[in-house]
Amino acid sequence: MNERKIRVLVAKPGLDGHDRGAKTVAAVLRDHGMEVIYTGLHQTPEMIAEAALQEDVDVVGLSILSGAHMTLFPRVRAELEKRGIGNVLLTGGGIIPAEDMQALEQGGFAKLFGPGTPTDAIATWIRQQMEKRFAAEAAPRGTR
Amino acid sequence: MSQPVPPQSSARDSTARATGAGRAQLSARQLWEEAWQVAQMREGRFTTLSDTPLKPLYLPADAPVEYERDLGYPGQFPYTRGVHPTMYRGRLWTMRQFAGFGTAAQTNQRFKYLLEHGQTGLSVAFDFPTLMGYDSDHEYARGEVGQVGVAISSLEDMQTLMDGIPMAEVSTSMTINGPAPILLAFYIACGERAGVDPAQLRGTVQNDILKEYQAQHAWLVDVEPALRMITDVMSHCAVKVPQWNTISISGYHIREAGSTAAQELAFTLANGMEYVRRGVAAGMSVDEFAPRLSFFFDSHLDFFEEIAKFRAARRIWARKMRNEFGAKNPRSWMLRFHTQTAGVSLTAQQPENNIVRTAVEALAAVLGGTQSLHTNSMDETLALPTEKSVKIALRTQQLLAEEHEVAHVADPLGGSYFVEAETNRLEADAERYFLEIERRGGVVPCIKAGYIQREIHRSAVAYQQAVEEGRKKVVGVNAYVEDLHAKPEIELLRIDPSVEAEQCERLARLRARRDAKKAKAALDAIRDAAKGNPNESGNNLLERFVAAAHADCTLGEIADVLRAEFGHYKEPKIL
Repeated sequence: MNERKIRVLVAKPGLDGHDRGAKTVAAVLRDHGMEVIYTGLHQTPEMIAEAALQEDVDVVGLSILSGAHMTLFPRVRAELEKRGIGNVLLTGGGIIPAEDMQALEQGGFAKLFGPGTPTDAIATWIRQQMEKRFAAEAAPRGTR
Repeated sequence: MSQPVPPQSSARDSTARATGAGRAQLSARQLWEEAWQVAQMREGRFTTLSDTPLKPLYLPADAPVEYERDLGYPGQFPYTRGVHPTMYRGRLWTMRQFAGFGTAAQTNQRFKYLLEHGQTGLSVAFDFPTLMGYDSDHEYARGEVGQVGVAISSLEDMQTLMDGIPMAEVSTSMTINGPAPILLAFYIACGERAGVDPAQLRGTVQNDILKEYQAQHAWLVDVEPALRMITDVMSHCAVKVPQWNTISISGYHIREAGSTAAQELAFTLANGMEYVRRGVAAGMSVDEFAPRLSFFFDSHLDFFEEIAKFRAARRIWARKMRNEFGAKNPRSWMLRFHTQTAGVSLTAQQPENNIVRTAVEALAAVLGGTQSLHTNSMDETLALPTEKSVKIALRTQQLLAEEHEVAHVADPLGGSYFVEAETNRLEADAERYFLEIERRGGVVPCIKAGYIQREIHRSAVAYQQAVEEGRKKVVGVNAYVEDLHAKPEIELLRIDPSVEAEQCERLARLRARRDAKKAKAALDAIRDAAKGNPNESGNNLLERFVAAAHADCTLGEIADVLRAEFGHYKEPKIL
């Protein structure tokens, strides 16, 4: 099977200082054998996209509890695209009302997680998504 | 299988098991031990929320206390039983609901709503740009204005916030830290404009920067200059705003970030002692400023551990202040505190259950002797609370105060073997942390090395694991689960995006209208004081901030001067 480690950027966009969830998820993903880079707090969308590019990650996970998700999440996505890495697996979580989650999931976020989600479920979901992607990359071209 | 803790010190293989004639000689205690040993236990570990094992029964020997020395009387050293001789017979705790969202005008309406429904003090929640010292029109503020609190960028905004509220009568608590001295300056100036002398103002500014670096993360500048601003606030207020609580030394955010009860207690009191050292080093006598220090704790799910924590906090602080810092004024010994029920204990699943969690946590705060209380609303894991849910939260306190007959007796659980044993245990745990912090050079080096942050993070991860493994149950999350995708049937409060635009326009008008020369001179005066010797009179930054507030300088402009002069704080990597 694929031996490549999944590389994940866990990022905190905006001025929100609540990092308990982000750091807990980061620690758990690391326990699941992933390579995890945590950005630290108070990151702009540009800083997050730049870190994703420099660290060559497969997954970007955003955490936000400040209510600014509808502004900041789409900006992170736009900055990733600007740098030609709009295809990373984009996910996140926090205090995000259900309607907003739906809107963001239609706008390029693969899946968002709310409070009470078991961290194992997040790790498992990332692994499944990435295995699909690795398999698609490994498949010879033209063999649909 | 569960691994119960043996009763007392004797192991479960007790030799006391006897039969026949011998049974008659068994003491009541031996009979109980025998019964306990053969009994079937439920599955599960019997521990506190912080995973400390508990005995099945507490006996006098588990709770060694020397009554006068360790407990004493309410209103007397070491205040284990409370800070007032009469406790709630004299006066109930202050019901103080934290509120703030959108514009100053919207929050002003919410304040009036709460006062009309019997709330007795105000508590301001600010939005993230304000908490971080940015004006609403700063680039970093996009999407954040008015979201988690009210946006206050100027004296004008503060005047709108307090419009029609009698500032000489109502006490106001402001949850702000990095830029706390600036917001306090806005409040003082606002009072002056309304004809209220600063000496009449009552309230609290959180102003606890140490726990920001440790847990909450809303800082403005690097640690040392931040501490200098705090001693400036303490010395200015001691003379000019004597009824103001200059710091609310907060365990709440440490706990919410994932710490255990013992860590919350230890880190909070260690921070408190650091402020006392700084005040003394700045040339004040401990009794000049210590009476105005107040505290703020979390009341979490574990009913008895929390009550014991509040009692231990009072006893430790009294002992430290009298015995180590040589305070003579009893008011310096007293640990007065505000409590908020645990936001992290609320669940997005089955949110109505949060009303019950909050009620039990609030009861622990009351039985623990709190001076004021905020009860969370059931919908806060989903968004800002609606008026209806805020009212239920306030009514929860009123029910405790008026219906349940729990406020008549001081420290009603004092003398419970269990609660006394827990109080002793938490005090001992805290003392161990004090030694460890000292061994590492003190609180500031511990922050810079990430030690305290790492301790909190580890506890957060351990708790999460306990929940995921089912060792700790959370109703609606890992027990009695209903459909995860069911939408909560409660209405959510949404912040209108136009709030941000309105705020920006208001600021633009203010900048156009004000006397630009005067504003610039006020900012220059701040820069000079920041560069100057903090111990020299005339360099008190709070004084300069008040002048700048009157000159219509904005929060962000003042904060920019401080950031340029004092430098940014860089978060240590702990992960």
